[in-house]
Amino acid sequence: MKFISKYRKHRFARPLLLLFSLCALGFTFSVATAAPSSNSMAADARSTLIEEGQQIFLKGCSSCHGLNAEGAGVGPSLIGVGAASVDFQVATGRMPMQDMSQQAMRKAPVYDEEEVAALAAYVASLAPGPRAYTNEEIKWERDGNTAEGGELFRNNCAMCHNFAGQGGALTQGKYAPTVMGVEPRHIYEAMITGPQAMPVFSDKTITPAEKLSIIKWIKSAESEPSLGGAPLGRVGPVTEGLLVWTLGLGLLIGIAVWLTAKSR
Amino acid sequence: MTARERIAGNVANYVDERTGAAAWLKKNLNKVFPDHWSFMLGEIALYSFIILLLSGTFLTFWFDPSMRHVVYEGSYQPLKDVEMSAAYASTLHISFDVRGGLLMRQIHHWAALIFVAAIVVHLLRVFFTGAFRKPREFNWILGVALLTLAIVEGFLGYSLPDDLLSGTGIRIAHAIIQSIPVVGTYLSFFAFGGAFPGEVFIPRIYIVHVLLLPGIFLALITVHLMLVWYQKHTQYPGPGRTEKNVVGYPLMPVYMAKAGGFFFIVFGITAFLGAVASINPLWLYGPYTPGQISAGSQPDWYMGWLDGLVRMSPPLETYLFGKTISWNILIPGLIIPGIIFTGMALYPFIESWITGDKREHHLLDRPRNVPNRTALGAMSLTFMVIAMINGGNDIIATHFDLTINQIMWFSRIGIIVLPPLAFVITKRICLSLQRKDRELVLHGRETGRLVMLPHGEFIEVHEELSPAKKFALTQHEQPAAIELVKEDARGVLNPKGIRAKIQARLSSANAENIAKPTAAEVKELESGHH
Ligand code: HEC
Ligand code: HEC
Ligand code: HEM
Repeated sequence: MKFISKYRKHRFARPLLLLFSLCALGFTFSVATAAPSSNSMAADARSTLIEEGQQIFLKGCSSCHGLNAEGAGVGPSLIGVGAASVDFQVATGRMPMQDMSQQAMRKAPVYDEEEVAALAAYVASLAPGPRAYTNEEIKWERDGNTAEGGELFRNNCAMCHNFAGQGGALTQGKYAPTVMGVEPRHIYEAMITGPQAMPVFSDKTITPAEKLSIIKWIKSAESEPSLGGAPLGRVGPVTEGLLVWTLGLGLLIGIAVWLTAKSR
Repeated sequence: MTARERIAGNVANYVDERTGAAAWLKKNLNKVFPDHWSFMLGEIALYSFIILLLSGTFLTFWFDPSMRHVVYEGSYQPLKDVEMSAAYASTLHISFDVRGGLLMRQIHHWAALIFVAAIVVHLLRVFFTGAFRKPREFNWILGVALLTLAIVEGFLGYSLPDDLLSGTGIRIAHAIIQSIPVVGTYLSFFAFGGAFPGEVFIPRIYIVHVLLLPGIFLALITVHLMLVWYQKHTQYPGPGRTEKNVVGYPLMPVYMAKAGGFFFIVFGITAFLGAVASINPLWLYGPYTPGQISAGSQPDWYMGWLDGLVRMSPPLETYLFGKTISWNILIPGLIIPGIIFTGMALYPFIESWITGDKREHHLLDRPRNVPNRTALGAMSLTFMVIAMINGGNDIIATHFDLTINQIMWFSRIGIIVLPPLAFVITKRICLSLQRKDRELVLHGRETGRLVMLPHGEFIEVHEELSPAKKFALTQHEQPAAIELVKEDARGVLNPKGIRAKIQARLSSANAENIAKPTAAEVKELESGHH
């Protein structure tokens, strides 16, 4: 089913997109030749980006979010959510949502980076909101502090995402996903936009510098080798208990049977 | 005789003449111990206890049981300069800066999990084979005490390092203590030396964990084993095995050699786990700070059922005489475990009351021949397993795409419905196994060989069982129900009244069995064959 819906989207999206970008190109060209000032050229590039975004939006998103992103029966209004939210939701593959399950899942993104940027520009043009970030802008390696980040993570995030960032269950079938393997910009954007059940961590609660520390801690936990041997999913005592009852006692009882069988 | 041998002989003589040790040793080293894998489960518990003592002693050399605040300066970078208790810092020190420290920590923790698991399977063996019957009731009670202490010992153990996970566990224990009506608040103040978490709790549980409880364990295990020694071990029924003898190997040298070898196997497997599988990676958890909590906080497995019961209880509180009674903690945290463990301890007496059987038993039961007891065991296990599943509900939810609420409702309903169901099903299974045994004795084993008779009919050849096998399948006795005596011959009402009625009812359920083949039936068939 997933495959089919994706495929359909592609088939319609590609030629239409091509047509649209050609038109846009032509339009830009004519405007550019008419008024060759560099300032307005940038503004024009912006407005084409926005328009491009609007077109993608109309096709891929408006069925749920309304023709003007004002919100429809299914999806909430996107006015004022800002580019950050769009970048997070679309570039992690959460949007467009596929099945109306408990919460939008992370999956392979449907749109490429440019299309995401266009969508973000369009939504940002509707009302001001937090801006999107690039990975290069987020200098966690230089400015973050791992230990401080760990403390912040345990204070603010571990109750949902688990002490090792492995994710955990929330009520009503919702869950906090693992934060391992998430791009730095998406971690940052998750904190400033608070997707779904996650709260927003404004710059007052967690300063931008502290956010970098959190990212640094997550990255260090991600690359930390499992120091004690097989990590068993890093979910705590449940898997340890399972291992004892299966492998541990299994081996021990097996050997006891073997030892006593020899004598018979 | 060399000079050295002569001296040794003289010394031995000297000791023997004054203590009579030779006769004592001869008598006891020739003691016979029966051989069956299920008799080695207690040994697994014993050996993991020894491993716990050894590895635990190693850890005490560096562990600092103090809640004093320190700043971590050790070699684990992600916690550098973090403020934490000395207990947590010293555990990190053992893990990363003491040679072999992490391995020892992991061995110690794996051994603890194996210890309790081995105790539980040992208990199940003793239960399902009826080894707890007279004269071993006292040893059974000792066993229940050992199990309880083992659970407490384990809990205290993983509470010591003062990491985020263990702090969460102590917090729950604190809530359970506080939920005790009237004295709860006082008790918690007493245990924690003031408000939670305070400064004294870890030093206190440290002494209990490394000194008090191990001492009690040593004493109780010694008594436990001495009782096995003096009462002699039970044995499975078979030809030549009676209520009066023990068939097996002499303790010395056969059994000792086997047991010694088995110790090293248990040690080997524990060390193997410690070397390859991470357990309690507490550097990931961070130091405990009240107010922090992690998703997926779980206790070790043997506390999982308690946690599961607490998680599934609906929010129930009453306000009485100006005090709140939190039933939602009190019932699952104290009352239900209290009932379970008391019931378990008293079970030998309950059963003998139901069966009216006050005789000694040294031959074990095959579980199918005592359907009621076996079904009761299955029922209790089902209860525990469901409680335990609910204890891991969040982990199960995320890994099997379920919701916590689904699992919660499954366990709330399941814990009431499924145990009785398990009872009924197990009893049916036991009875059909009895029926199969009866068939086997009377008609022999199906060989799968088909033979065509002269007149064209096909029959399957049945092979008669060996006499030994027949004996094993028919040696047990089947209990008769206790008759309800309403009034005696002179018309006096039974003074036991309702108690007699309950006893008669339970005893008739207990006596439900498939009649085993009688000697006469077997004879008749045998003569028919020849
Ligand atoms: C099948 C319906 C559906 C489609 C198609 C869809 N969305 Fe959504 N979207 C939702 C729902 C429902 C929510 C709110 C619940 C949630 O966040 O899971 C949401 C939330 C969002 C949010 C977060 C809003 C906030 O408050 O921060 C953004 C941004 C968003 N969508 C963007 C998009 C974009 C861009 C597209 C097109 C590429 C799109 N969505 C397509 C259903 C949809
Ligand atoms: C109340 C629970 C909660 C808290 C607290 C919380 N989160 Fe989340 N977080 C969530 C949920 C739920 C999602 C899933 C959102 C979605 O799928 O749109 C999420 C998603 C994320 C993601 C995206 C993961 C992915 O797979 O793309 C990141 C990164 C993240 N959170 C980081 C954090 C950080 C960092 C903190 C602490 C500053 C934090 N969260 C605190 C509930 C929480
Ligand atoms: C610290 C934990 C324990 C240790 C080290 C231990 C050790 C042992 C050992 C080595 C034996 C002899 C071998 C065997 O039958 O397996 C034994 C027998 C026995 N144990 Fe335990 N045990 C422990 C806990 C328990 C528990 C929890 C129970 C039950 C509640 C129990 C009840 C018994 C009984 C009744 C016997 C006699 C069995 C027989 O003669 O058939 N023990 N124990």
